[in-house]
Amino acid sequence: MAAFTDQSPRARAPVGEPVVRARDLSVAFGARVLWDGLGFDLAEGEFLAVLGPNGTGKTSLVRILLGLLAPTSGTVQVTGRPPLEARSRVGYVPQQRAFDRDLPVRGLDLVRLGLDGHRWGLALSSRGADERVRRALADVGAAAYCDKPVGRLSGGEQQRLRIAQALVSDPALLLADEPLLSLDLASQRTVVDLLERRRREAGTPVVFVTHDVNPILPVADRVLYLAPGRWAIGTPEEVLTTETLSRLYDTPVDVLRVRGRIVVVGTPDDEGVHHHEHEH
Amino acid sequence: MFTELLGQHFVHTALMAGAVVAVVSGAIGTFVVARGASFAVHAISELGFTGAAGALVLGIDPVAGMIAGSLLVGGVLGVLSLSGRERDSAIGAVLAFGLGVGVLFLSLYQGYATEATNLLFGSIVGVSDRQLVELTVVAAIVVAGIAATYRPLLFSSVDPATAEARGVPLRAVSVLTFLLLALTTAEAIQVVGVLLVLTLVITPAAAAQRLTANPATAILLSIVIALVATEGGILLSLQQPWPTSFFISTISFAAYLAARMRTWSS
Repeated sequence: MAAFTDQSPRARAPVGEPVVRARDLSVAFGARVLWDGLGFDLAEGEFLAVLGPNGTGKTSLVRILLGLLAPTSGTVQVTGRPPLEARSRVGYVPQQRAFDRDLPVRGLDLVRLGLDGHRWGLALSSRGADERVRRALADVGAAAYCDKPVGRLSGGEQQRLRIAQALVSDPALLLADEPLLSLDLASQRTVVDLLERRRREAGTPVVFVTHDVNPILPVADRVLYLAPGRWAIGTPEEVLTTETLSRLYDTPVDVLRVRGRIVVVGTPDDEGVHHHEHEH
Repeated sequence: MFTELLGQHFVHTALMAGAVVAVVSGAIGTFVVARGASFAVHAISELGFTGAAGALVLGIDPVAGMIAGSLLVGGVLGVLSLSGRERDSAIGAVLAFGLGVGVLFLSLYQGYATEATNLLFGSIVGVSDRQLVELTVVAAIVVAGIAATYRPLLFSSVDPATAEARGVPLRAVSVLTFLLLALTTAEAIQVVGVLLVLTLVITPAAAAQRLTANPATAILLSIVIALVATEGGILLSLQQPWPTSFFISTISFAAYLAARMRTWSS
């Protein structure tokens, strides 16, 4: 297991309490070890891109941070507490998934569920809650269609609602798991812009899991690259290089910069070349 | 003749039993449809039949057997929390076997054949006072269960991935949903029979969600449609001596067709 830690000032752990503190994490399913010795701090206001091919445990990392999966070993803290206790402080943006066209749920119901859908009992109307939902919808520009059935909205409109749903509870950490999948380019840009704005204005750090780094290249401070059995963390300039990725994959890999885009060639599954993948 | 019947005690009992069943069926239906679990309703109801037939053989109350059968299947489906095609085929397999066992029980049962017919096609006009009390108690449990878990129930029905991330215990809520569904199904069987449970649990909810996207309104509309179908069906069967279940399913289906024809104006 090789771990390449970063040394650059931009990537160094900041002073003060990090929002996420991961130490010596490992995840194994039976004999298959996804990664071990994984450690990083995520500071307030940081944007961390989590990259890597399928099956390297990107989603496992998200589930660990949500407290839904216990790491095989190691410790992780979110806002200084175990993830399970910090769950109400985490905003989660999943990948776009089609809703049933007739599902009796409007955008504003979806956002409201993000506020208190995990609590028992009836959803009683309260002025405070209604106001927070209204503001969250306005913030992402979804007010115009928030009373339409979600199943009849476009993928991009649904993702705006997802972000409002994640932001309505005023999270201390944002976790986005492939939120750009199956979106058109304009909607991809909107999703990245909205998360970036929250990071800039409220200092909420973002963990952004993605296949394709290019849409978030302008905003990512650091990259955590998960390869089969190995990982590397650092600035995009440090990690997304021919040298680092060749070491990670243990095979010659070329990182090309073409018209401001990064293209990775030669990985077992040609990761980084923009392909539309649909995971369901 | 009609007005004469309206004064009869058994008609009052039937109308009240129908109302009680319509309320719970219409309410739980919204969550079942949102979860895409319509087929599970059918399985639960057929296994309720097996339970009732088993009870008849043993000489105990068929309603108790029905509730036991429904709860067993509902509990298993809830624990397994299967989704998609796996759930479809698993339910199909369990349903077919359960029905086979039910057929055996019926052949072993030496009593009146009408008992079996009533189970399959309903016998709302035969509801006794004691049955009405039982129906009401079970309905109160289901309504209380839905109210106590409304938000996680809705969240996990429409948006399971985010619900889980926000801390909704998906499996526990799934088990609870299927148990409430099982109780509802056991109720509906007594009105419309095993084979027509879907007409009260699924059709009104499916119609309602074509009419509104507000989840609370959808539940209320679903209840209203179920009520109109049940009470209308009972009244029509007093006029015209055809099976009540036929009228109930016809009104329910008419509401569904009308709702489908209404296009979304956006």
